[in-house]
Amino acid sequence: MRLGCPICGERDRREFYYQGAALARPEGEAWAPEWDDYIHNRDNPAGVTRDLWQHEQGCGSWLIVARNTVTHEVLGVALATEAGA
Amino acid sequence: MAEFKAQTPCAGLLPVTVGDLRLTEVVPGRMTSLAPYRGRVAALSEVMQAAHGVAWPEPGRITGQAAARALWFGREMALLIGPDSDESLAAHAALTDQTDAWAVVHLEGRQAAEVLARLCPLDLREAVFAPGHTARTDVAHMAGSVSRLGPQTWQIMVFRSMATTLVHEVEIAMARVAARQNSLM
Ligand SMILES: [Zn+2]
Repeated sequence: MRLGCPICGERDRREFYYQGAALARPEGEAWAPEWDDYIHNRDNPAGVTRDLWQHEQGCGSWLIVARNTVTHEVLGVALATEAGA
Repeated sequence: MAEFKAQTPCAGLLPVTVGDLRLTEVVPGRMTSLAPYRGRVAALSEVMQAAHGVAWPEPGRITGQAAARALWFGREMALLIGPDSDESLAAHAALTDQTDAWAVVHLEGRQAAEVLARLCPLDLREAVFAPGHTARTDVAHMAGSVSRLGPQTWQIMVFRSMATTLVHEVEIAMARVAARQNSLM
């Protein structure tokens, strides 16, 4: 697998570290079911998934990668700072 | 008082020659990482040019020549190699002395790219990775910096603590590339 880092260009998977699902952080500090979902509950989609990857052995950027777990197609890579996570 | 004697990272390990491939240590004077403050890249580049004659490097690029080089060194980071960094740079960037932190070696030879191809997952063909290009990458599982200084001249950097491992790995790759060459003759 290769990922197109927006800064470094297309690079081998070995340079990246998987950092988990890219989720929207719930608003507020009070406990709510959304926090339970955010911390504990994950979908396991057969299809498109949106994850955080870090270009650890490259520029260091955190990236949001959209990919298809069935076809292995990489659909898009964006900087986390610009796409929000 | 104890007498301290400076030792280079690859002291006693280099140079190594295998066929026409040569690996040597480089001791590049001062090395300073430059981390520009938000929105200050253009201003930093101006003072860099005035003080050292090198511009801020775009991602994956090197500016300057042997006496003073700026190497792209990661996201919003560059490494100034050669001179002591001028005071004027500090207004626009966080400066950190890295002089003794990195082992720096040069790999030269007709098949230098074939040697590197065994150690890092980059596309090293000259049409893609030309002289003046640089990358942060995985060098034999170490966090490294790889730069093409000339068609057959490469600079490899890893943390100083990894110097022995780097020399070991590159030496093995050199021997294997050379052995392949010999077996084809
Ligand atoms: Zn990158």
